[in-house]
Amino acid sequence: MTGETLLAAAEDAICAWLAAHGVAPEPGQVEGYRLLALHRQAARVAPNFLACRETCRELIYQINCASVAADATEHARRLRLADMAGTHLALFVAGSLETAGLGTFCCAARPLHTPDAAQPRS
Amino acid sequence: MSEPIAYYPGCALEGTGHAYDRSTRAVGAALGLPLQELKDWNCCGAMEVKNIDPRLQTFLSARNLRIAAEMGHHTVMAPCNGCYHNLKKAEHDLTHDPDSRETVARLADKSGEAAYQPGSVRSIHALEWIREALGADGLRARVKNSLKGMKIANYYGCMYSRPRHIFPEKDKGPGSESTSRPHFMDELLAAAGAENMEYPLKTACCGGAHTLSDSDTSTRLVLNLLTAAEECGAEVIATECPTCHSGLEMHQARAARVFGKQTRVKILYFTQLLGLALGLSARQVGVAENLSDSRDFLRARGFR
Repeated sequence: MTGETLLAAAEDAICAWLAAHGVAPEPGQVEGYRLLALHRQAARVAPNFLACRETCRELIYQINCASVAADATEHARRLRLADMAGTHLALFVAGSLETAGLGTFCCAARPLHTPDAAQPRS
Repeated sequence: MSEPIAYYPGCALEGTGHAYDRSTRAVGAALGLPLQELKDWNCCGAMEVKNIDPRLQTFLSARNLRIAAEMGHHTVMAPCNGCYHNLKKAEHDLTHDPDSRETVARLADKSGEAAYQPGSVRSIHALEWIREALGADGLRARVKNSLKGMKIANYYGCMYSRPRHIFPEKDKGPGSESTSRPHFMDELLAAAGAENMEYPLKTACCGGAHTLSDSDTSTRLVLNLLTAAEECGAEVIATECPTCHSGLEMHQARAARVFGKQTRVKILYFTQLLGLALGLSARQVGVAENLSDSRDFLRARGFR
């Protein structure tokens, strides 16, 4: 297990979700990461994807921490934490394929993200 | 004794989350932080009303804010993430959206009540309540029965910090709460003697409203939250939302029954843990009222 393989698995999960919704993954990166670009694209298709925004960022954070770890033990621990986030992301994406609207009723509540809702952004 | 602030328990704390209500009131009393419950409060609109008619939800939460203002309060505290989220959303919508203001004024007029004026009342979560009133040092000075290094994973759930635009006071640098990696609960429990474990799923989705149904998707998500907490070394998951708490408890049991996946991590409200550290008994903070049973675990650690 490396940071690269964990990132690639996360990207593949979101690509699979996009493909299942008839959407071609766009090229490009956000903040230097393809995963964040794919997440943003998925969130444009379905606002409930905002429910896994922090999970994607946590995955990247832990991989970055692993890359600067002082020793092998810390490196392995960080990758294990990244793997936990990656597993959760995969479960969320799989759940979103099975259960339409996963996340929609909570933090990613639909009315907060529909055109007729009040949502000025500062 | 501080001036009382308005307390909005919300529906869940009268039902499945009554241990959270009991422990919140007990901790407030123990810390000399009086609460005055809103008179004739109503449902915040939760998730259901918001998804059918968001402006009706805005009215429902605005009505609670108006009651707080009429009681002479400038601050209302809600322990439930859903209530807290909806109060913040109502404040945001009334400040930025003329249609929401028009809807609230029309419904208030129809019900013969005054409309809430945005900016009158500040909404805070129970975590902010204790942190603002005492700070970590003030709390530490009041601890009578330290948590003695109890290993805790802090789970904040999703509605405490999402979506970011309705929480303008967060992400303001040192001293403010973070929306991506919240830390207020970590700070309070550390002051009470806990050892916070690094937990990468603090705000991860638990399956939301599906958590309250028999959804395999929710069970899988919750099971990952639980197993990750155990792998991080946690003995306890601390919660600060009745919906999160119920979901973790129910799906912990369901994961064992349906998937044969047993997890042993305990699930306790942060107010229950703080109450124990302040010298209250397990009974006083409602530990026996939780769905999952933590009594033997706590007894073994010297909590009566």
